[in-house]
Amino acid sequence: MSEDMNKPLTDLISLTIDGQEIEAEEGQTIVQAAQKNGIYIPTLCALHADKENGLKYDLAPGTCRICTVKANGRTTAACTTPVSQGLVVENDTPELNDLRKTIVELLFVEGNHFCPFCEKSGSCDLQALAYRYQMLTPRFHYAFTPRKVNADMPKLLWDGNRCILCRRCVLAIRTEEGEPLFVFANRGDKSTIIVDTELIQDISEELAQQAMDICPVGAIIRKEKGFDTPFGQRKYDHSPIGSISSISSDMTCSSGENKTGGEKS
Amino acid sequence: MAQKITIEPVTRVEGHGKVTIHLDDNHQVTESRLHIVEFRGFERFVCGRPFWEAPVLVQRLCGICPVSHHLAAAKAMDMLIGAGDGNGLTPVAEKMRRLMHYGQIFQSHVLHFFHLASPDLLFGMDADPERRNVIGVILEHPELAKQAVLMRKYGQEIIAATAGKKIHGTGAIPGGINKNLSLEERDAFLNGINGNPDLSADKMIEWSESALALLLDYHSSHTDFLDGFAAFPSNHLSLVRPDGALDLYHGVIRAVDAQGKRIVNDVDSRDYLDVVEEEVRSWSYMKFPYIKELGKENGWYRVGPLARLNVCDFIPTPKAQQELERFRAYTKGKPNNMSMHYHWARLIETLHAAEMMKELLLDPDLQKTDLVTKGERCGEGIGLLEAPRGTLFHHYQVNEQDLITMCNLIVSTTNNNEPMNRAVNAAAVAQMTGKAEITEPMMNAVEVAIRAYDPCLSCATHAMGQMPLEVTLYDAAGAVVDQQRKGM
Repeated sequence: MSEDMNKPLTDLISLTIDGQEIEAEEGQTIVQAAQKNGIYIPTLCALHADKENGLKYDLAPGTCRICTVKANGRTTAACTTPVSQGLVVENDTPELNDLRKTIVELLFVEGNHFCPFCEKSGSCDLQALAYRYQMLTPRFHYAFTPRKVNADMPKLLWDGNRCILCRRCVLAIRTEEGEPLFVFANRGDKSTIIVDTELIQDISEELAQQAMDICPVGAIIRKEKGFDTPFGQRKYDHSPIGSISSISSDMTCSSGENKTGGEKS
Repeated sequence: MAQKITIEPVTRVEGHGKVTIHLDDNHQVTESRLHIVEFRGFERFVCGRPFWEAPVLVQRLCGICPVSHHLAAAKAMDMLIGAGDGNGLTPVAEKMRRLMHYGQIFQSHVLHFFHLASPDLLFGMDADPERRNVIGVILEHPELAKQAVLMRKYGQEIIAATAGKKIHGTGAIPGGINKNLSLEERDAFLNGINGNPDLSADKMIEWSESALALLLDYHSSHTDFLDGFAAFPSNHLSLVRPDGALDLYHGVIRAVDAQGKRIVNDVDSRDYLDVVEEEVRSWSYMKFPYIKELGKENGWYRVGPLARLNVCDFIPTPKAQQELERFRAYTKGKPNNMSMHYHWARLIETLHAAEMMKELLLDPDLQKTDLVTKGERCGEGIGLLEAPRGTLFHHYQVNEQDLITMCNLIVSTTNNNEPMNRAVNAAAVAQMTGKAEITEPMMNAVEVAIRAYDPCLSCATHAMGQMPLEVTLYDAAGAVVDQQRKGM
């Protein structure tokens, strides 16, 4: 389905998001249309393909629901709902933002997210959204769910404590033949990500880096490269999530380059 | 009637501790103890985490000198990934770390002397507690207070420029560092941060000298107090550079006894387990380390500024070396065993740190770009350094999957556990013996003895060894089928 969304489309339709009239191509999702028009709708699972993240097509798994909007008055996930002529979308409203904040809070208490020593801190979408929605104090009880760490693979480490089951890695990290390296296992609250133990052995440097970069949290991290991005060069050090620069280029943080005299945070 | 006095919490120290003093019917002190009442458990919960997280995770033991833990863990990880034993890094990596460390030593010593200890000296141990605090210092000695704030700021800004943040940075990574120092940052530190000439490298040296002059002046008018209060002979242990120079970042383990006789002779820091052992006592979460060869009774030692100046042969910066000579001459070349002289030694080290920061800032290696080294990976990492409060030991074992399986930390303050307990007892005996009434100044005197050691009680708490556990399996008739024991 995702590949179909990227086919060139020419029929333009018009819709409004928060009263702003925009044009979109038929077949695009609300998230894609908004992105194209510089309107921010938060996402943790959906991801726009660009040069930086190396994706060939946009991801729209529809798992996290943080992009929930009202389309013609009905709540729906904006990353899976296609646009239609005359559609009226409510996005940046107090009610929806409060719902989104709740989703962020629930994700935090469900996993074991310790930002202080997570190397994705400063480049983490979940953390950035917690700042955006001013998550100042825990409203829900921590679940303290026992989660596993899978370090039994080369180049990468998967930390279940931080995984939010967004499905980005499942969809995007594949061999040249299209076989997935990460897959879902189990169901419901037992759901987890498992790794193809054979395919992962030959993962390239580039694919390993891409896996870390597209992970919206710190669940997939490169081995032995930890913390090589200094403060001041992390993804959200200078522009918070949802600002103009972070919409136009969703993957501004690449590690390992231009380290001379990084700015202080 | 026998009496038990409890001082809780001990104030103007880092972390939480309490003191108990037992007096008998004749008002004689029978026993005094410094208890560490917090339990932390970092050694346990770092297990299962990837090794490169350790320098960032373990530093959260403390908000005062996290840099020490950050660097000790990073040094251990250097060894693990085959980047040498504190000497295999690229020049920019080692010098950036040293700059970070001396910035840390500087700010921590300044914090301790001015903010925590100086009220006792400026106002007297028996002054009104409402005046005898840092606010009192600001109100009555505003120039001194301003210097203290700016000196601490300078050290903190050095940390921010090298570690990324003032508290809990990420600068040191296994095998090196994640940034160098830009020319703009260097020039700001040399000439004055934000164009403020009071925040320049030379000003830090000047103010360190004046702080030392202040203490020496105080000493001349309070000689008996500084020399006699809570003084007792002990062994002294610290790292020194292999040529005997004071080196707070890396060195070999050396110890001398109260007379200056060498009792640990320049042992490689990786062999620390051959030198020290730890004892657990039931009433404190802080362990009691001792020099293995001398045993529990005689092997305890002091660490920190006083011990370091007793152990080293010389200080490799000119002004601090001159002060060391004066310090050594006072005890005629013998080790200095006076607890209150910790302050003197601490201020000499402050001056040394200021000189070192300037020397490093002028070094063009700091602008180089080869930040990380790697070598052959092994399964174990040991990193020692001299933290502001003394020798800090970090030891990790890591499995083939890169996860930490064992962590042993001997934190600076832990080394001073026995000396602090002795200092508490000495102060209690001197102040309280035979007194019918125990007053607030008497209790503060006990705290003054502890404060001289600048303890950081928050990171010195420790797991109490193996948890003893016995499991017995009975059958339905009540007969023992199986019995398993652990740690007993």
